[in-house]
Amino acid sequence: MADWKKYLITLGITAVIFLTAIYLNNYFNNKRLENIQAIQNSIATDIASSEVQYTLLGDLSCKSVNDSILSPELNNLASRIQYGEQNIGNTDSNIIQLKRDYSLLEIKDYLLMKQIDQRCKIPSAFILYFYSNNQCDDCTRQGYVLDTLKQQYPALRIYSFDYNLDLSAIKTLITINKLSGTLPALVIDDKVYYGFNSIEDIQRYMPILKTLSSSSTSATSTATSSKKK
Amino acid sequence: MILSDFPAVTVLVPCFNEESTISSTIESLLSLNYPKDKLEILIIDDGSTDQTLSVAKKFEIESNVRVYHKENGGKFTALNFGLDLTRTEFVGCLDADSFVHPDALKNLMPYFTDPKTMAVTPSLKIYNPNSSVIRMIQNVEYNLGIFVRKISSLLNAIYVTPGPFSIFRMQVYRDLGRYHHAHNTEDMEMALRMQSHHYRIVNAHKAVVYTVGPKTLPKLYKQRVRWTHGFLENIKDYRHLILNPKYGNLGLLILPLAFVSFFATLYLVLVSYYGLVRIIIKDVIQIQTVGFHPAWQSLHFSWFFVNTATLSIINVLIAFLTLIIIFAGKRLAGVKDRRVMDLVYSFFLYSFIAPLWLTKAFYNSLFSRRTPWR
Repeated sequence: MADWKKYLITLGITAVIFLTAIYLNNYFNNKRLENIQAIQNSIATDIASSEVQYTLLGDLSCKSVNDSILSPELNNLASRIQYGEQNIGNTDSNIIQLKRDYSLLEIKDYLLMKQIDQRCKIPSAFILYFYSNNQCDDCTRQGYVLDTLKQQYPALRIYSFDYNLDLSAIKTLITINKLSGTLPALVIDDKVYYGFNSIEDIQRYMPILKTLSSSSTSATSTATSSKKK
Repeated sequence: MILSDFPAVTVLVPCFNEESTISSTIESLLSLNYPKDKLEILIIDDGSTDQTLSVAKKFEIESNVRVYHKENGGKFTALNFGLDLTRTEFVGCLDADSFVHPDALKNLMPYFTDPKTMAVTPSLKIYNPNSSVIRMIQNVEYNLGIFVRKISSLLNAIYVTPGPFSIFRMQVYRDLGRYHHAHNTEDMEMALRMQSHHYRIVNAHKAVVYTVGPKTLPKLYKQRVRWTHGFLENIKDYRHLILNPKYGNLGLLILPLAFVSFFATLYLVLVSYYGLVRIIIKDVIQIQTVGFHPAWQSLHFSWFFVNTATLSIINVLIAFLTLIIIFAGKRLAGVKDRRVMDLVYSFFLYSFIAPLWLTKAFYNSLFSRRTPWR
């Protein structure tokens, strides 16, 4: 016969298990958001510090500027925000706020590095990349291309912006570069390239890449061997 | 529980074209630690076309072995034929591809000292599991089944009295009738029939029986289609048990869960396949776009990226519980088994193979196809 008390206890135990799993999930997601926020704060301080340093030292700052710190930090932040988008949700208000903060940091880094490179006569390699998360298959493929380029040329700086993000600084960038709204869009040396561009295309637009140190160990073209006799 | 006196038991061995295993089966019965004068062995050849009958007849020199031959009619007809010849109060069946442990009957019969117990089921294990990967996987499954059967017994919710070596009181057949065709799963039908009349079925976990599982994938597939189709059809026939408080744990918990889990498994598997296909497509697009660049440099571990989604946590918990049940099953049957590799095979291969027969059985049920026994 039915033993309703035992069933209730069983239901209770099962509910506790599921609620614990849900609670753990929420707890870890909150921890992730805190982690991202902490990294962003740290980067913001680093950028502000570099700006002050640059203003204080004038011309002398060229020797002391170390541009290899910020870039990996920004990439680290980007991958964490992307993970957050996928697992916490790209409509979550915390995630959207973090994205806006991150985009601002990117723009500040871009402006600072542009100034430094001009002042210190360093050949600059920047790409501004505008994408959308909605119905843009070429954006996914463009992302793969840019990731690969980033691995090949660590000194190449790629700044990616969500075209639809509600941030006035991004809207200003869009206006300045006169973007038409076709995505993906790449801004290289003040020229805009719409649609998907492959690795070879980008290497053509930026001859400067050849002079940047390449980290690629696998031989991809560049025939340096056999001299024709 | 220990037996003070040994009740007389008849064991029926229905066989059809089993010339290679029938000797071992009969020998295992003759090796039972049970008084010879209290054990009758009836071998019923269901119209075999090979040497099964002549092999079986060699054992007629034993005083407690009798061999019969009849026209082919299916396993349940052979069983009913044997039931008509049974003179003892207790009767059981042993499939011709199964072997009993010498202490099986001794460990099983004490459960009948409770007059309310009408049938007792044994613990099933796979014979010689190392002979093929498919058998290794089944071995893990059967170990899990040992534990589950014991729990079902404690809940009074057993709904299968397995063909190999389930022992019944003869009274069951007098009261409820003989075996039916029951979609080639007459062992399940008999158990459900008993449960619907509130006849108690228990499990003797220390009574071990070895069964020869299908060696290859196609044979396993055929067997499981038969089982699953039989399950679905028997549930249809006995649907008055489901969600019926009169049938306690069986009606309210076990049967509904078994029914739901069938569909849940199908759904989960389809979702997983879909996810897998999407990942493969994504990787193909990536390779097409930028070539094959294994990103070894960027692979550094960070706690940040460990998957802690609710369902993942639940999955880990379920996998952990399943492992515990498998080990508990091995301990219950008291057989030493330190193997671990078969667990690995099971978890990976089983999730790809099981959906095949689940879908086919469902299709058969939906379109009322008949599934063959052999």
